[in-house]
Amino acid sequence: MERKNIRVPLNTESIKMLRAGDRVLLSGEIYTARDAAHAKLMDILLKKEPLPIPSGSCIYYTGPCPSKNGEIIGPCGPTTSARMDPYTPQLVKYGITGFIGKGARSQTVNDSMQGSAIYFVVTGGAAVLISHAVKQCEMVAFPELDSEAVRRLTIADMPAIVATDAVGNSIF
Amino acid sequence: MRIIKDRLIEECIYELCTYACCVLPSDVISALEAAKCNELPGSAAYSTLSDIIENAELAKQSMRPCCQDTGMTVVFADIGEEVFIEGSLNRAINEGVRKAYIEECFRKSVLDPITRKNTMDNTPAIIHIRFVEGDNLKLTVAPKGFGSENMSKLYMLRPADGIDSIINAVVNTVISAGACSCPPVIVGVGIGGTSEIACETAKRQLLRKIGSKADTPELRFIEYEATRRINASGIGAMGLGGNITALAVHAGSYKTHIAGLPVAVNMQCHAARHAERIL
Repeated sequence: MERKNIRVPLNTESIKMLRAGDRVLLSGEIYTARDAAHAKLMDILLKKEPLPIPSGSCIYYTGPCPSKNGEIIGPCGPTTSARMDPYTPQLVKYGITGFIGKGARSQTVNDSMQGSAIYFVVTGGAAVLISHAVKQCEMVAFPELDSEAVRRLTIADMPAIVATDAVGNSIF
Repeated sequence: MRIIKDRLIEECIYELCTYACCVLPSDVISALEAAKCNELPGSAAYSTLSDIIENAELAKQSMRPCCQDTGMTVVFADIGEEVFIEGSLNRAINEGVRKAYIEECFRKSVLDPITRKNTMDNTPAIIHIRFVEGDNLKLTVAPKGFGSENMSKLYMLRPADGIDSIINAVVNTVISAGACSCPPVIVGVGIGGTSEIACETAKRQLLRKIGSKADTPELRFIEYEATRRINASGIGAMGLGGNITALAVHAGSYKTHIAGLPVAVNMQCHAARHAERIL
Protein backbone atom coordinates (compact mmCIF):
# COMPACT_ATOMS: atom_id res chain seq x y z
CA MET A 1 0.00 0.00 0.00
CA GLU A 2 1.32 3.44 -0.93
CA ARG A 3 2.03 5.89 1.85
CA LYS A 4 0.44 9.35 1.74
CA ASN A 5 2.66 12.34 2.55
CA ILE A 6 0.94 14.31 5.31
CA ARG A 7 1.97 17.63 6.85
CA VAL A 8 1.70 18.19 10.59
CA PRO A 9 0.08 20.13 12.17
CA LEU A 10 -2.81 18.70 10.16
CA ASN A 11 -4.90 20.95 7.94
CA THR A 12 -8.69 20.67 7.70
CA GLU A 13 -8.45 18.80 4.42
CA SER A 14 -6.16 16.09 5.89
CA ILE A 15 -8.44 15.64 8.88
CA LYS A 16 -11.42 15.14 6.55
CA MET A 17 -9.60 12.94 4.04
CA LEU A 18 -7.61 10.50 6.19
CA ARG A 19 -9.20 7.11 6.90
CA ALA A 20 -8.43 4.43 9.49
CA GLY A 21 -5.85 2.05 8.00
CA ASP A 22 -4.18 4.67 5.77
CA ARG A 23 -0.40 4.46 5.84
CA VAL A 24 1.21 7.87 5.96
CA LEU A 25 4.56 9.66 6.22
CA LEU A 26 4.29 12.56 8.66
CA SER A 27 6.43 15.68 8.20
CA GLY A 28 6.40 18.98 10.04
CA GLU A 29 6.19 19.89 13.73
CA ILE A 30 4.87 17.86 16.67
CA TYR A 31 5.04 18.16 20.47
CA THR A 32 5.97 15.38 22.90
CA ALA A 33 3.91 14.80 26.03
CA ARG A 34 3.14 11.75 28.17
CA ASP A 35 1.70 11.01 31.62
CA ALA A 36 3.33 13.65 33.85
CA ALA A 37 3.16 16.42 31.21
CA HIS A 38 -0.54 15.68 30.64
CA ALA A 39 -1.28 16.10 34.35
CA LYS A 40 0.44 19.52 34.21
CA LEU A 41 -1.39 20.53 31.03
CA MET A 42 -4.70 19.77 32.76
CA ASP A 43 -3.73 22.00 35.70
CA ILE A 44 -2.97 24.83 33.28
CA LEU A 45 -6.28 24.35 31.43
CA LEU A 46 -8.10 24.39 34.77
CA LYS A 47 -6.48 27.72 35.63
CA LYS A 48 -7.44 29.01 32.16
CA GLU A 49 -3.79 29.93 31.47
CA PRO A 50 -2.07 29.50 28.04
CA LEU A 51 -0.77 25.98 27.25
CA PRO A 52 2.82 25.54 26.05
CA ILE A 53 1.39 23.52 23.11
CA PRO A 54 -0.48 25.70 20.59
CA SER A 55 -4.03 24.86 19.57
CA GLY A 56 -4.04 22.97 16.25
CA SER A 57 -0.86 20.99 17.09
CA CYS A 58 -0.17 17.25 17.13
CA ILE A 59 0.96 15.49 20.31
CA TYR A 60 3.35 12.52 20.24
CA TYR A 61 3.23 10.24 23.30
CA THR A 62 6.90 9.53 23.93
CA GLY A 63 9.52 9.78 26.66
CA PRO A 64 12.87 9.63 24.85
CA CYS A 65 16.20 8.47 26.20
CA PRO A 66 18.66 11.34 26.75
CA SER A 67 20.69 12.02 23.60
CA LYS A 68 24.26 10.76 23.42
CA ASN A 69 27.24 11.63 21.22
CA GLY A 70 25.52 14.44 19.31
CA GLU A 71 22.24 12.65 18.62
CA ILE A 72 19.39 15.10 17.85
CA ILE A 73 17.24 13.02 20.19
CA GLY A 74 17.72 9.67 21.93
CA PRO A 75 15.66 6.60 20.98
CA CYS A 76 12.04 7.79 21.01
CA GLY A 77 9.37 5.18 20.27
CA PRO A 78 5.71 5.60 21.25
CA THR A 79 4.28 4.83 24.67
CA THR A 80 0.84 3.29 25.36
CA SER A 81 -1.78 5.87 24.35
CA ALA A 82 -4.57 4.46 26.53
CA ARG A 83 -2.92 5.91 29.65
CA MET A 84 -3.58 9.38 28.23
CA ASP A 85 -7.28 8.60 27.60
CA PRO A 86 -8.52 10.47 30.69
CA TYR A 87 -6.96 13.70 29.36
CA THR A 88 -7.56 13.43 25.62
CA PRO A 89 -11.17 14.70 25.18
CA GLN A 90 -10.24 17.96 26.94
CA LEU A 91 -7.20 18.40 24.68
CA VAL A 92 -9.36 17.79 21.59
CA LYS A 93 -11.74 20.44 22.87
CA TYR A 94 -8.76 22.77 23.34
CA GLY A 95 -7.87 22.24 19.68
CA ILE A 96 -5.26 19.46 19.45
CA THR A 97 -5.83 17.89 16.01
CA GLY A 98 -3.52 14.88 16.05
CA PHE A 99 -2.25 12.29 18.51
CA ILE A 100 0.55 9.80 17.85
CA GLY A 101 1.13 6.73 20.03
CA LYS A 102 0.52 3.00 20.18
CA GLY A 103 -2.45 0.77 20.96
CA ALA A 104 -6.23 1.23 21.11
CA ARG A 105 -8.10 4.19 22.65
CA SER A 106 -11.35 4.19 24.60
CA GLN A 107 -14.66 4.72 22.84
CA THR A 108 -14.97 8.05 24.68
CA VAL A 109 -11.68 9.23 23.17
CA ASN A 110 -12.59 8.03 19.67
CA ASP A 111 -15.95 9.79 19.93
CA SER A 112 -14.33 13.01 21.16
CA MET A 113 -12.16 13.16 18.03
CA GLN A 114 -15.07 13.07 15.59
CA GLY A 115 -14.86 15.87 13.06
CA SER A 116 -11.73 17.40 14.54
CA ALA A 117 -8.80 15.06 15.22
CA ILE A 118 -6.87 12.00 14.00
CA TYR A 119 -5.11 9.33 16.05
CA PHE A 120 -2.01 7.76 14.46
CA VAL A 121 -0.01 4.73 15.59
CA VAL A 122 3.70 4.19 15.04
CA THR A 123 5.68 0.99 15.65
CA GLY A 124 6.13 0.35 19.38
CA GLY A 125 9.68 -0.55 20.32
CA ALA A 126 11.17 0.76 17.05
CA ALA A 127 12.79 3.57 19.03
CA VAL A 128 16.08 4.00 17.15
CA LEU A 129 14.40 3.75 13.75
CA ILE A 130 11.82 6.40 14.70
CA SER A 131 14.51 8.73 16.09
CA HIS A 132 16.00 8.92 12.58
CA ALA A 133 12.83 10.79 11.44
CA VAL A 134 13.48 13.56 13.98
CA LYS A 135 15.45 16.43 12.46
CA GLN A 136 15.25 18.97 15.31
CA CYS A 137 14.38 18.80 18.99
CA GLU A 138 13.77 21.76 21.30
CA MET A 139 12.76 21.89 24.96
CA VAL A 140 9.44 23.73 25.30
CA ALA A 141 8.10 23.18 28.83
CA PHE A 142 8.50 21.30 32.12
CA PRO A 143 12.27 20.52 31.80
CA GLU A 144 12.11 19.25 35.39
CA LEU A 145 10.13 16.27 34.05
CA ASP A 146 13.28 15.08 32.22
CA SER A 147 12.18 12.39 29.73
CA GLU A 148 8.56 13.43 30.26
CA ALA A 149 9.13 17.12 29.38
CA VAL A 150 7.33 18.78 26.47
CA ARG A 151 9.62 19.05 23.44
CA ARG A 152 8.95 20.40 19.96
CA LEU A 153 10.16 18.00 17.27
CA THR A 154 10.68 18.71 13.61
CA ILE A 155 10.06 15.44 11.78
CA ALA A 156 10.49 14.26 8.22
CA ASP A 157 8.78 11.19 6.79
CA MET A 158 7.83 9.51 10.05
CA PRO A 159 5.93 6.33 9.04
CA ALA A 160 2.54 6.04 10.80
CA ILE A 161 -0.85 4.41 10.37
CA VAL A 162 -4.19 6.17 10.88
CA ALA A 163 -5.77 4.28 13.79
CA THR A 164 -8.83 6.49 14.41
CA ASP A 165 -10.15 8.85 11.74
CA ALA A 166 -12.44 11.84 12.16
CA VAL A 167 -15.55 10.03 10.92
CA GLY A 168 -15.75 7.27 13.52
CA ASN A 169 -13.61 4.44 12.11
CA SER A 170 -10.89 2.67 14.09
CA ILE A 171 -8.48 -0.10 13.10
CA PHE A 172 -8.71 -1.70 16.54
CA MET B 1 35.11 -20.88 49.68
CA ARG B 2 35.62 -18.59 46.68
CA ILE B 3 35.83 -14.83 47.19
CA ILE B 4 34.19 -12.48 44.67
CA LYS B 5 34.75 -8.75 45.15
CA ASP B 6 31.74 -6.43 44.90
CA ARG B 7 33.72 -4.17 42.51
CA LEU B 8 33.68 -7.00 39.95
CA ILE B 9 29.93 -7.42 40.38
CA GLU B 10 29.37 -3.69 39.85
CA GLU B 11 31.35 -3.71 36.60
CA CYS B 12 29.53 -6.82 35.43
CA ILE B 13 26.10 -5.27 36.10
CA TYR B 14 27.14 -2.11 34.21
CA GLU B 15 28.12 -4.16 31.17
CA LEU B 16 25.04 -6.39 31.32
CA CYS B 17 22.71 -3.35 31.55
CA THR B 18 24.38 -1.79 28.52
CA TYR B 19 24.36 -4.96 26.46
CA ALA B 20 20.81 -5.97 27.40
CA CYS B 21 19.32 -2.55 26.55
CA CYS B 22 21.01 -2.35 23.15
CA VAL B 23 21.31 -5.91 21.82
CA LEU B 24 18.30 -8.20 21.50
CA PRO B 25 19.10 -11.89 22.10
CA SER B 26 19.62 -13.89 18.89
CA ASP B 27 16.75 -16.29 19.67
CA VAL B 28 14.36 -13.30 19.86
CA ILE B 29 15.58 -12.01 16.49
CA SER B 30 15.14 -15.50 14.97
CA ALA B 31 11.60 -15.72 16.37
CA LEU B 32 10.77 -12.28 14.93
CA GLU B 33 12.15 -13.37 11.53
CA ALA B 34 10.02 -16.52 11.68
CA ALA B 35 6.94 -14.45 12.63
CA LYS B 36 7.54 -12.20 9.63
CA CYS B 37 7.60 -15.24 7.35
CA ASN B 38 4.13 -16.13 8.71
CA GLU B 39 2.62 -12.82 7.58
CA LEU B 40 1.53 -11.71 4.13
CA PRO B 41 4.20 -9.52 2.47
CA GLY B 42 2.84 -5.98 2.27
CA SER B 43 0.50 -6.42 5.24
CA ALA B 44 0.69 -4.04 8.22
CA ALA B 45 1.98 -6.89 10.40
CA TYR B 46 4.71 -7.74 7.88
CA SER B 47 5.95 -4.16 7.62
CA THR B 48 5.76 -3.73 11.42
CA LEU B 49 7.89 -6.84 11.97
CA SER B 50 10.34 -5.57 9.31
CA ASP B 51 10.59 -2.28 11.25
CA ILE B 52 11.18 -4.11 14.52
CA ILE B 53 13.95 -6.26 13.02
CA GLU B 54 15.59 -3.27 11.30
CA ASN B 55 15.37 -1.30 14.56
CA ALA B 56 17.12 -4.10 16.46
CA GLU B 57 19.94 -4.06 13.91
CA LEU B 58 20.29 -0.25 14.15
CA ALA B 59 20.30 -0.43 17.96
CA LYS B 60 23.05 -3.05 17.96
CA GLN B 61 25.19 -1.15 15.44
CA SER B 62 24.96 2.13 17.38
CA MET B 63 24.85 0.49 20.84
CA ARG B 64 21.78 2.57 21.71
CA PRO B 65 18.63 1.18 23.38
CA CYS B 66 16.30 -0.65 20.99
CA CYS B 67 13.36 0.75 23.01
CA GLN B 68 13.29 4.12 24.76
CA ASP B 69 11.70 2.41 27.75
CA THR B 70 14.90 1.01 29.22
CA GLY B 71 12.72 -0.35 31.97
CA MET B 72 13.03 -1.13 35.62
CA THR B 73 16.21 -3.11 35.97
CA VAL B 74 15.39 -6.64 37.10
CA VAL B 75 18.48 -8.50 38.31
CA PHE B 76 18.65 -12.22 39.07
CA ALA B 77 21.60 -13.34 41.18
CA ASP B 78 22.19 -17.07 41.53
CA ILE B 79 24.78 -17.29 44.27
CA GLY B 80 26.80 -20.44 44.71
CA GLU B 81 26.78 -21.65 48.32
CA GLU B 82 30.60 -21.74 48.26
CA VAL B 83 30.86 -18.08 47.24
CA PHE B 84 31.75 -15.32 49.67
CA ILE B 85 30.96 -11.83 48.40
CA GLU B 86 33.47 -9.31 49.71
CA GLY B 87 31.61 -6.04 50.21
CA SER B 88 27.94 -5.41 49.49
CA LEU B 89 26.04 -7.26 46.75
CA ASN B 90 23.12 -4.86 47.05
CA ARG B 91 25.32 -1.78 46.72
CA ALA B 92 27.27 -3.28 43.82
CA ILE B 93 24.14 -4.11 41.81
CA ASN B 94 22.54 -0.69 42.35
CA GLU B 95 25.81 1.14 41.66
CA GLY B 96 26.24 -0.80 38.39
CA VAL B 97 22.70 0.12 37.35
CA ARG B 98 23.15 3.77 38.36
CA LYS B 99 26.39 4.19 36.42
CA ALA B 100 25.10 2.40 33.32
CA TYR B 101 21.87 4.38 33.08
CA ILE B 102 23.63 7.73 33.62
CA GLU B 103 26.76 7.17 31.55
CA GLU B 104 25.06 5.33 28.66
CA CYS B 105 22.23 7.93 28.49
CA PHE B 106 19.44 5.41 29.11
CA ARG B 107 16.06 6.65 30.26
CA LYS B 108 15.60 6.95 34.01
CA SER B 109 12.09 5.58 34.56
CA VAL B 110 12.04 4.76 38.27
CA LEU B 111 10.15 6.89 40.77
CA ASP B 112 8.23 6.92 44.05
CA PRO B 113 4.80 5.37 43.39
CA ILE B 114 2.94 7.95 45.48
CA THR B 115 4.81 11.24 45.06
CA ARG B 116 5.93 10.31 41.50
CA LYS B 117 9.36 11.83 42.29
CA ASN B 118 12.00 10.29 39.99
CA THR B 119 15.16 8.82 41.59
CA MET B 120 17.02 10.07 38.47
CA ASP B 121 19.37 7.07 38.26
CA ASN B 122 16.96 4.16 37.61
CA THR B 123 17.62 2.66 41.04
CA PRO B 124 16.61 0.76 43.00
CA ALA B 125 16.96 -2.36 40.88
CA ILE B 126 14.57 -5.26 41.47
CA ILE B 127 16.83 -7.99 42.85
CA HIS B 128 15.97 -11.70 42.98
CA ILE B 129 18.48 -13.76 44.94
CA ARG B 130 18.66 -17.55 44.86
CA PHE B 131 21.23 -19.80 46.48
CA VAL B 132 22.48 -22.64 44.30
CA GLU B 133 25.14 -25.33 44.56
CA GLY B 134 28.72 -24.59 43.59
CA ASP B 135 31.16 -21.68 43.60
CA ASN B 136 29.86 -19.53 40.75
CA LEU B 137 27.85 -16.33 40.77
CA LYS B 138 25.44 -16.04 37.85
CA LEU B 139 24.07 -12.55 37.16
CA THR B 140 21.19 -11.89 34.76
CA VAL B 141 19.93 -8.42 33.90
CA ALA B 142 16.46 -8.05 32.36
CA PRO B 143 15.38 -4.43 31.78
CA LYS B 144 11.56 -4.59 32.01
CA GLY B 145 9.45 -2.05 30.16
CA PHE B 146 6.08 -1.18 31.61
CA GLY B 147 3.97 -1.16 28.46
CA SER B 148 3.97 -4.94 28.83
CA GLU B 149 4.46 -5.16 32.62
CA ASN B 150 1.23 -3.15 33.12
CA MET B 151 -0.71 -5.86 31.27
CA SER B 152 0.44 -8.68 33.60
CA LYS B 153 -2.06 -10.44 35.86
CA LEU B 154 -2.31 -12.68 38.91
CA TYR B 155 -5.20 -15.14 39.24
CA MET B 156 -5.88 -17.08 42.44
CA LEU B 157 -7.83 -19.94 40.85
CA ARG B 158 -9.59 -22.76 42.72
CA PRO B 159 -8.23 -26.32 42.58
CA ALA B 160 -11.53 -27.30 40.91
CA ASP B 161 -10.82 -24.94 38.01
CA GLY B 162 -8.11 -27.18 36.56
CA ILE B 163 -5.93 -26.97 33.49
CA ASP B 164 -8.55 -25.47 31.15
CA SER B 165 -8.95 -22.48 33.47
CA ILE B 166 -5.17 -22.00 33.55
CA ILE B 167 -5.10 -21.86 29.76
CA ASN B 168 -8.12 -19.52 29.69
CA ALA B 169 -6.45 -17.19 32.18
CA VAL B 170 -3.32 -17.00 30.01
CA VAL B 171 -5.20 -16.51 26.74
CA ASN B 172 -7.60 -13.91 28.18
CA THR B 173 -4.73 -11.90 29.66
CA VAL B 174 -3.00 -11.69 26.30
CA ILE B 175 -6.17 -10.91 24.36
CA SER B 176 -7.37 -8.21 26.76
CA ALA B 177 -3.91 -6.59 26.59
CA GLY B 178 -4.38 -6.20 22.82
CA ALA B 179 -1.77 -3.89 21.32
CA CYS B 180 -0.79 -2.34 24.67
CA SER B 181 1.87 -4.92 25.50
CA CYS B 182 3.60 -4.47 22.10
CA PRO B 183 2.95 -7.85 20.45
CA PRO B 184 4.32 -10.18 19.29
CA VAL B 185 4.80 -10.96 22.96
CA ILE B 186 6.48 -13.60 25.05
CA VAL B 187 4.17 -14.81 27.80
CA GLY B 188 5.64 -15.96 31.11
CA VAL B 189 3.32 -18.19 33.14
CA GLY B 190 3.96 -19.11 36.76
CA ILE B 191 1.70 -21.77 38.24
CA GLY B 192 1.56 -22.66 41.93
CA GLY B 193 3.51 -21.58 44.99
CA THR B 194 2.16 -18.58 46.86
CA SER B 195 1.09 -15.38 45.11
CA GLU B 196 4.63 -13.93 45.02
CA ILE B 197 6.25 -17.20 43.94
CA ALA B 198 3.74 -17.51 41.08
CA CYS B 199 4.73 -14.00 39.94
CA GLU B 200 8.46 -14.67 40.27
CA THR B 201 8.15 -17.99 38.46
CA ALA B 202 6.29 -16.22 35.63
CA LYS B 203 9.04 -13.59 35.41
CA ARG B 204 11.78 -16.24 35.31
CA GLN B 205 10.09 -17.92 32.33
CA LEU B 206 10.86 -14.79 30.28
CA LEU B 207 14.57 -15.64 30.52
CA ARG B 208 14.12 -19.01 28.79
CA LYS B 209 15.36 -19.46 25.26
CA ILE B 210 12.39 -19.09 22.90
CA GLY B 211 11.05 -22.50 21.98
CA SER B 212 12.87 -24.30 24.79
CA LYS B 213 10.87 -27.17 26.29
CA ALA B 214 9.06 -26.91 29.62
CA ASP B 215 9.79 -29.40 32.41
CA THR B 216 6.65 -31.59 32.26
CA PRO B 217 4.18 -32.82 29.60
CA GLU B 218 1.37 -30.88 31.33
CA LEU B 219 3.31 -27.60 31.14
CA ARG B 220 4.20 -28.33 27.52
CA PHE B 221 0.50 -28.86 26.76
CA ILE B 222 -0.41 -25.53 28.43
CA GLU B 223 2.29 -23.76 26.39
CA TYR B 224 1.20 -25.37 23.14
CA GLU B 225 -2.53 -24.83 23.60
CA ALA B 226 -2.21 -21.25 24.89
CA THR B 227 0.11 -20.30 22.01
CA ARG B 228 -2.28 -21.81 19.47
CA ARG B 229 -5.29 -19.94 20.86
CA ILE B 230 -3.45 -16.63 21.29
CA ASN B 231 -2.25 -16.72 17.68
CA ALA B 232 -5.75 -17.68 16.47
CA SER B 233 -6.98 -14.38 17.97
CA GLY B 234 -5.59 -12.47 15.00
CA ILE B 235 -4.32 -9.53 17.11
CA GLY B 236 -0.96 -9.62 15.33
CA ALA B 237 2.13 -7.43 15.56
CA MET B 238 1.30 -4.16 17.38
CA GLY B 239 -2.38 -5.12 17.23
CA LEU B 240 -2.60 -4.41 13.51
CA GLY B 241 -3.99 -7.87 12.68
CA GLY B 242 -1.90 -10.92 11.84
CA ASN B 243 -1.09 -14.54 12.48
CA ILE B 244 1.55 -14.16 15.19
CA THR B 245 0.58 -12.47 18.47
CA ALA B 246 2.85 -14.53 20.75
CA LEU B 247 6.38 -15.61 19.86
CA ALA B 248 6.17 -18.08 22.76
CA VAL B 249 4.32 -19.03 25.92
CA HIS B 250 6.72 -20.27 28.60
CA ALA B 251 5.20 -21.94 31.65
CA GLY B 252 6.84 -23.01 34.89
CA SER B 253 5.45 -24.41 38.13
CA TYR B 254 6.15 -24.66 41.87
CA LYS B 255 4.41 -26.87 44.43
CA THR B 256 1.39 -25.19 46.00
CA HIS B 257 -1.17 -25.53 48.83
CA ILE B 258 -4.05 -28.06 48.83
CA ALA B 259 -6.50 -25.14 48.73
CA GLY B 260 -4.90 -23.14 45.93
CA LEU B 261 -4.04 -22.75 42.28
CA PRO B 262 -2.20 -19.43 41.79
CA VAL B 263 -1.53 -18.48 38.15
CA ALA B 264 0.59 -15.45 37.27
CA VAL B 265 0.88 -14.18 33.72
CA ASN B 266 3.84 -11.90 33.06
CA MET B 267 3.71 -10.13 29.73
CA GLN B 268 6.90 -9.37 27.80
CA CYS B 269 6.94 -7.14 24.71
CA HIS B 270 8.87 -8.08 21.56
CA ALA B 271 11.87 -6.16 22.95
CA ALA B 272 12.57 -9.19 25.15
CA ARG B 273 15.83 -7.99 26.62
CA HIS B 274 18.09 -9.93 28.91
CA ALA B 275 21.78 -10.68 29.29
CA GLU B 276 23.65 -12.95 31.68
CA ARG B 277 27.17 -13.71 32.80
CA ILE B 278 28.71 -16.27 35.11
CA LEU B 279 31.44 -14.99 37.41
